[in-house]
Amino acid sequence: MAAEGEGAIDPIHQFVIEPAFHLGGLTVTNSAAFMIAILVIATLVMIVGTSQKALVPNRIQSLGELAYEFVANTVRGSAGHEGMRFFPLVFSLFMFVLIANLIGLIPYTFSVTSHIIVTFALAALVILTVIVYGFYKNGFHFLNLFVPSGVSPVLLPLLVLIEVISFVSRPISLSVRLFANMLAGHITLNVFGGFVAMLLASGTWAVILSPLPFAMTVALSALELLVAFLQAYVFAILTCVYLNDAIHPGH
Amino acid sequence: MASTEQTNSEVGQDGGHASGVFPPFDPSTFGSQLLWLAIIFGALYLLMSKIGLPQVEGILAARKAAHEGDLAEAARLRSETEEAIASFEKALADAHAHAEEIGNSTRDKLNAEIITKRKAFDAEITANLDAEERTIAEAKVKAMKNVGEIAAESTISIIQHLTGTAPSVAEATAAVSHVANA
Repeated sequence: MAAEGEGAIDPIHQFVIEPAFHLGGLTVTNSAAFMIAILVIATLVMIVGTSQKALVPNRIQSLGELAYEFVANTVRGSAGHEGMRFFPLVFSLFMFVLIANLIGLIPYTFSVTSHIIVTFALAALVILTVIVYGFYKNGFHFLNLFVPSGVSPVLLPLLVLIEVISFVSRPISLSVRLFANMLAGHITLNVFGGFVAMLLASGTWAVILSPLPFAMTVALSALELLVAFLQAYVFAILTCVYLNDAIHPGH
Repeated sequence: MASTEQTNSEVGQDGGHASGVFPPFDPSTFGSQLLWLAIIFGALYLLMSKIGLPQVEGILAARKAAHEGDLAEAARLRSETEEAIASFEKALADAHAHAEEIGNSTRDKLNAEIITKRKAFDAEITANLDAEERTIAEAKVKAMKNVGEIAAESTISIIQHLTGTAPSVAEATAAVSHVANA
């Protein structure tokens, strides 16, 4: 939860996980509550919104079709037609990350994707899928992924090492990229929002300066909207690129 | 943070924050987040792959089919229209040709009739003229014969008046014909 208006700037407070409500004997944290919200919104858009199956779509159905075609084109473009077998996975990842990021932009909400454990779990899911499907489809030829072709035998061990390091760092870069973007964006927004509150509360001539950080907050909100979409897209397209390695491991 | 004392008790209740660990790196929350993520993402995946995506795919396929059907129908109607126009133009050309034919044949027939009628008239007129000419010639011959007789009688009476003696008819006739032939 955002801590704006508390008088002091506490940009970390918004990432604290705390119990939101109790469901029977189960304690639902704010993180869990917002994950449920993501599921509900995705269901509303993709299942309820498209249930009329109208030839001429209404707004929500249009949104669902747009999301479908956008992700489908991304998968086809990056992983080919064979990659379409992973379309539900990529689509679910994209929708989860996108909705989580967008919800997080609303003040006093919680960003599920601002926690490294969540983004790392999603990235690990992608990499595990790549490894499992890669070995399932290609057998040990999947290891050709680490052996660039047409390289002199002297350089080969070095390049194989580099390829292995690059592969191993994929889940880390995939998860940290999303996590860090969300974290940094929310901290920045919170700091500038806190400046507004502090200047207004100071009661001195400094009050007249308060529009400056406010304008900054507005501009940053627009930027964060872009980042929220872009990070979801980057996550989806990198997933496609990695899956393409599993489908076509040859370099 | 220095402000912790000043802020209200809400902050104090946050065990995670108060412990001084940066919340995203607090391992005590990892378990519940992973559990919830597994449940929610699993549910999302199932809902999307089993219901949502097939539904949207069906909509898009139906729309594509409808568009293609409409286009095919439009193409069919257009070719029908073109056929209708072509048959109309053919009928028009046929009618023109037919009308011209009728005109030509009527004109030819009338021309032929006129020619035969004129020939018939010509023949009749010629025949009449011949008959008239013959009548005239006969009348002339008759008249000329009468003229000879009248001239002979006049000659007889003139000579009788002059000489007191009447020549014979044969003499007078010979004299007249002698003069007429001269």
